[in-house]
Order: sequence, then structure tokens, then C-alpha cells
Amino acid sequence: MAQATRERVTDPAQPRLGAKGWLRWTWRQLTSMRTALFLLLLLAIGAVPGSIWPQRSIDAARTADYIARHPTLGPWLDRFGFFEVYASPWFAAIYLLLLISLVGCVLPRSRQHWRAVRAAPPRAPARLARLQSHAEATIDAPADEVLHAAREVLRSKRFRVHAHDDASVSAERGHLKESGNLLFHVALVFVIVGVAVGHLFGWKGDVIVPVGQTFANTLSRYDTFSPGPWVDAEDLSPFTVHVDRLDATFEESVTGKGQFGQPRDFVAHVTTTSRPGAPAERETIRVNHPLEMKGASVFLLGNGYAPVITVRDAKGEVVYHDATPFLAQDNNYKSVGAVKVAGAQPKQLGFFGLFLPTAVITPDGGPSSVFPDAKRPALALGLYTGNLFPGGRPQSVFTLDTRELTQVKAKDGQPLRIWLEPGQTVQLPSGLGSITFDGVERFAGLSIRSDPGKLLTLVSALLALAGLVASLTIRRRRVFVRVSPAADPGRTVVSVGGLAKDDDDTLGEAVEDVLTALRHRTGTT
Amino acid sequence: MTNQLAQYANVSLYSAMAVFTLAMVGYAVYLAGLVPSRDRGPARARAGELVGVGAAGGMPAGRHTVPASGAADGATTDGVTADATTDDAAATREGGAAATGDDAVPVRARKAGGMAGSLTWLGALLLVASATLRGLSVQRWPLGNMFEFAVMGSMFTVLAYCVWSTRRDLRWLGIFVIAPVLLVLGMAITVWYTDAAELLPSLRSYWLVIHVTVATLSVAVFTLACALTAVYLTKDGLERAGRPSFMDRFPTPRVLERLAYGLHIVAFPLWTFTLIAGAIWARQAWGSYWNWDPKEVWTFVIWVVYAAYLHARATSGWSRQAASYIALAGYLCILINYGVVNVFFVGQHSYSGL
Repeated sequence: MAQATRERVTDPAQPRLGAKGWLRWTWRQLTSMRTALFLLLLLAIGAVPGSIWPQRSIDAARTADYIARHPTLGPWLDRFGFFEVYASPWFAAIYLLLLISLVGCVLPRSRQHWRAVRAAPPRAPARLARLQSHAEATIDAPADEVLHAAREVLRSKRFRVHAHDDASVSAERGHLKESGNLLFHVALVFVIVGVAVGHLFGWKGDVIVPVGQTFANTLSRYDTFSPGPWVDAEDLSPFTVHVDRLDATFEESVTGKGQFGQPRDFVAHVTTTSRPGAPAERETIRVNHPLEMKGASVFLLGNGYAPVITVRDAKGEVVYHDATPFLAQDNNYKSVGAVKVAGAQPKQLGFFGLFLPTAVITPDGGPSSVFPDAKRPALALGLYTGNLFPGGRPQSVFTLDTRELTQVKAKDGQPLRIWLEPGQTVQLPSGLGSITFDGVERFAGLSIRSDPGKLLTLVSALLALAGLVASLTIRRRRVFVRVSPAADPGRTVVSVGGLAKDDDDTLGEAVEDVLTALRHRTGTT
Repeated sequence: MTNQLAQYANVSLYSAMAVFTLAMVGYAVYLAGLVPSRDRGPARARAGELVGVGAAGGMPAGRHTVPASGAADGATTDGVTADATTDDAAATREGGAAATGDDAVPVRARKAGGMAGSLTWLGALLLVASATLRGLSVQRWPLGNMFEFAVMGSMFTVLAYCVWSTRRDLRWLGIFVIAPVLLVLGMAITVWYTDAAELLPSLRSYWLVIHVTVATLSVAVFTLACALTAVYLTKDGLERAGRPSFMDRFPTPRVLERLAYGLHIVAFPLWTFTLIAGAIWARQAWGSYWNWDPKEVWTFVIWVVYAAYLHARATSGWSRQAASYIALAGYLCILINYGVVNVFFVGQHSYSGL
């Protein structure tokens, strides 16, 4: 308080900063270490909500479910971007400010470092005994010989050596520490550039391909497709992938907690061509072993069952025959799906229900699956008639849009329930025809992705690591050697001093080492 | 066969826990020997007594002194010395708090400390055996679920401590390493235990060996660093308050802080490597090198917090204490990443086996 008063008295008028001054002040604040530290901690805290609340970009269904279950909190969290944390303005603000702060710190430091690297080590102080570490000895050799030896010793210890006068040698090492530090920070910037390139020019698409079918890499073939803002989706590499076979194995022998029925291996055997008409190649795609095609990689990220179903009309004509993918709901592949018979006359038919690879009827009456492999497959379906595609709106292939459909009832007035095992056929009521469960195929859930920025990101990240190791392990030191003639002729008093930039607990040893080596080289023991 | 080997692995684990319990008792007895005793007179009388003993020369199984470790040169020295005078000088140089720092450590305590050291080695080897047997029983790298992660992590922590203790006297740190390790092993065998089995397809990759092993190793070094940081902050606090404690015999706060920093700068690049290797593997397994999966988020958070620690330590405006608190926060994040994210958060790293 007293100090403040005094200042006010002696310095009544603060200089006005002006626009330029304020800019400079803001820049200084932003690029200060204190701010960088604050932003780092803020970044850490800001990233956490994305791990607590479901994220729309990762799991949209779970996010919607969360908001529905929390009618008060949900919308508020949504308003502040808590379901899209890593794309939210406030998260972007943190990392962009951090990026600016980083660049603002690195640029002047690079300039400084550039000068320091090219400058000769500074002149040796007059009294080396005042330095952090110091050692002294008298050596049986003339001064110039000692200085010559000092240069050689220091050079062999990877010091850069310079003599400002005839009585001393200055040496410096460890500039690589700062080089590593700068490399680390610059590389981090390029990691972010790589991520940005991937975001702008990358794309990904998912598609379900039943065994025996072919996927051609065109936009219309994808079930979902999300391109980056600068991607030309009409110009994809025209490769094809034919799924010949899909092998899935599950744990059957170990019955311990959390192990029985766990997936063990998935392998898709495929035939590929780089463009239609090109020579075919046989390949496999498995988890952890994507298939690299020109311009994109193909990942096996999912699988499931596609029961082959045939629907006939009253006259016995086939109106539907397809391997129809059903989407797995749990670890035992209890799957939901829909069969949309658009060609049925006079009304369209829609079957909806469950596929169960190892079917059981649970005591409470519901059909369920107890093992993921197709040990005892069955279909449990209901039937609707009417208009399958009201308004022609896009809809999921796994569900029916029942707005313009009516459920078909059995004779007892209850909704019709169809239970089918492979090879079985069921006649539908009211002359609607029949449905046959021909057999079970698997489908491969393929994800096709392209990320042109990934190599830049990887190389930058590795460079950052190298820079980090260098900056943390290399020690920056200065060592000075000063000689003066001893009392008896032909002998020389050698003084060695060491100076370290940061904490350096072995500096003393290093100085002693230099002196020992010096004695050794001049033949003094 | 599989079950048999897994059984042996568990037996080995239980033995290791028993051995660590004994080691912990040994370290506790050792620390008890460092407690400044109240029934002795003021410092002057005690110094006289010590010189008397020293002068008696012969020294039956009577008293030795432990130097106020590191007081003079910043390094911990071997506990066995009878040079009371040097000690006293060192203590005086240290000033204030070290006034009580030159009690003689009872020979029983030193023996206990030595035995604890040997037992720690034995326990470490039993853990190595346990991890090896487990790996043989499932015929894969034993880092596939939380249980195996806990065992390997404890093994690396204790091994790191053992190897380090061959280079300097770390008996004072023993209990702060063994106690948490024992706790983790207890959790592992009761709560996190998973039967020996093969891996999910997404975990079958040589990246499991690279990524998870380095992660485990890094966590082990962070654990040692955290123990040291906690000891540093406690001792620093006690010294500031002027309260005598068994920690007076520990290395000076400055030395403790520097040791902790030394471990952090080993662990941090390892963690950076974990992050990069994880990203490479994520690209192989899930198609994208970064998915903001909860586990990835927390790995990133940990990295950022420790980066903040390194920056804070390099900033002149920040005290070493404040920087150390950031390091502790970083370790808290590691604990959350392991104990909470693995079990309760929904994500692609759901391999806890629970």
C-alpha cells in the first residue's frame, strides 16, 4: 500500500499506450510463458468433457438418447457444445490461442538461437573461481602448450572452441538442446497442419457388403459417406472389392467371466481390382490389417449376418431374393433388420424382426441369442403391408417406416408372428404369398477411408519426439580455461571454470574431467 | 495346461504380495529408526553423546550414524558411517531443521532396511515370474486386460526402483513405492482379475507389445516420480513449518525435487512415444489415427498436464513447489485414465475384461 502511494506521487502520469502499444502489449501477454502454461492447463481441462459425455461425431445415437433422457441438462450442455467438444468454438479458441502463443514464442527464439549458434563462445571471465564450478592445478608445461592441449581436449569433448586472447580458451557446447526444443515446437505446428490437411482433403465411407457381392468405390454405393470440405466426391479412385468369404471365430473353450463367446478372429477374403476390368487380385482384410488400395484404405470394422430370404407371391413368382443384412444389437449378435419387398402386388410387403444366430426362447417369452456363431439360426418376423416409402424420404435399411403400413394379423387377432429356420417356408395369410429362409450368409462391414495428411502428421510427430529427447537430455555448458605462469619457470597454473544454463548437477565432474584430461595430455600426472 | 500355468502365475503373484508385505514392514521399521526421538536431550547433549561413541572407537553393535543424507554434496550417501563430526558439520550447514538430523539409526532399523531391500528384489523377480507364466499360459504378450496391465505396471515400477537403488541409497523411498504397488496388486487380484484367455481381434497386433509395454513402463516411471514428488512436497512443507520428522534424514528438498524431475523427463518422452504408437495402431485397427476415444482423450490430457509441468519448471516465475503440484495433477490423471476411464467410460479401448 505504502509503495503504491509513493509511486503515485513520483510518477503521476502513465505514458499512454496507443493502439500500436496495446497491440504490442497483447502480443507480449499472449506469447508469454505464463499464458502458454495457462492455455496448456485449459486445454487439458477443456478436453475432458468430451470423454464424459457422448459425442455426436462418434456416437450420434447415444448422444440423442442422452439428451432425451436429460430434458433439462441435455439442451444446455448441447448449447455449450458439450456433445461436440472437439469441434466447439471454445475448444478451437484454446488450441488456436495456444498455437499463436507457440509460434510467437518460437519465432524470436529461433532468431536468437540462429545468432547464438553462429557466434563464437564469449570471452573468458577474469576470475574463473567465481563461476558455478571451478578447478585449478599447476602443470609442468609452458602456457602455449597447455592452451593447445586445452583446445584439443575440449574439441574431443565436442565443445566449440575459440580463443579471444593468448591466455585463455572459451568453449561452449549443447546448442543442440535449444535446436531440439525449437524442433519439437515447430514439429507440433506441423502435426496440427497434418491434422488439418486430413480434415480438409480426407473422406470416409461405410458400406455393408454381404458375402458374394461386390463393392465399387463410387459415391452412390456407400451407405454413409462423409467427405472433407475440399473433397471432390465424384472423383473417387474406381477400385472394386468382391467379398468371397468371411471367417469369424468366437471363444468356445474358455468359459470364464467375460470370455465365453468373445470374438477371436475376423477375416474377409476378397478379390480386388484397381479399376473395373483390371486384373483381379486375391487379398484378405482382417482387423489390424487393412487393405491398401490406390487412394484409400479398406478396413474391416464390422460384421454380421445377412440371411438369404426369398419372397414369392400367391402365384409362386419370386418377388424378392436377397442376402439381407441384419444389424447386431449385442455380443451374441441378436440382430434387427427389415425385408422390404417393394415389388409385391397389389400392396408392398415389409417384414421386420430379429435374426438370432443361436436362437432360444427366453422364459419371459422373448426370442434371444446365446452365442454369436450361427449354431442354430432362426428368424423371428412380423409383417406389414402398405406403402413402404412414404413421401420417398430416405430411411434406414434396417427398420420399416410404418406410417403408411398396417400390421398383418393372424387368425386369432394377434399380430402375425413368423418363426423360420433355414430351409423352411411359411405361407402368408390372405393370399399374400410365402416367405422362405434359404440360408445364412455373413456380411462384411467395410470402412473405406482416405487421409492425405497422415504421413505429414506421423513424420512431424516423430520429429517432435526426437526434438523433445534432445531438449531434455542435452546439457548446455560453457567451459573456460585460463593459464598464467607459475612461480617456477616452465610451469603453468591452469584454471578451469564451468557455467551451465540450467540445473546441471554434473558440471563439477565435467570441469574436473577437463582438468584431468589436460594433465594427461601434457604429461603431468 | 493353460489353466495350470495361469494358476502358477497367480501363486507367484500371491507370493510376491506376501514378500512385498514383509518388505513394507522392513521399510517401516527403517523409517521408524529415523524418527527423531523425544526422550533424548537437546541437540547439544546428543552431539556429545555421539562424539563419545565415536571416540570409544571399538563400537560394538552400538550406534552408527546416518549422515543427513545429501546435505553436503547433494547426493545420498551410504548409511553406514560413524563420522559424527562431519555429519554435525553438514547438519549445521543445512541449518534449522537438520538440527535433529543426526540421531543414530538403530542397527535394527538398518538391518530391517537392508532386508526390505532384498525382499523387494525377491518380490520383483516373483512378479517377473508371474507375468512370464501368465504370458506362457495364454501364449501371447501378457498385457491384454486391466489385471495384466496392473501386474506388469507393478513389476516395472518395482524393477525400476530396484535397479535405481543399486546406484543410490533409496531405502527411505521404499515404503512410498511398495505400499502403492501392494495396493494395486490387491486390486488386480480381487477386482480386476480376468481369466487367462486369448485377445479380442482388435488387440491382436504387434503394436500391443510396443504401445502397451511402453505405456506401462512410462506409468511405472511416472509412479516413482510421483512418489518422489509427494515426498519432496511433504518434506519441504515440514521443513518450512520447522517440524522435526523422520524425513529430516531424507535428501534435501532441492535434491528430491531434482530427482523427481530427472524421472519425469525420462517418463515424458516415453509417454509421447505411447501417444504416437497408439495413434499408429489406432489407424491400423480402427481406420483413423485419432478418434477422440475417451482413452485417447485422457492420454492426451496426461501429456498436456505433464507438458505444463515441464513448462512451469522452466519458467522462472513459477516455484518448484507449484510445478510439482502440476506433476501430481498429472499423476491423478493417470489414475483416472486407468481406474475410471477403463471401467466406466464407453469407448473403443474397452478391453478391461470386466
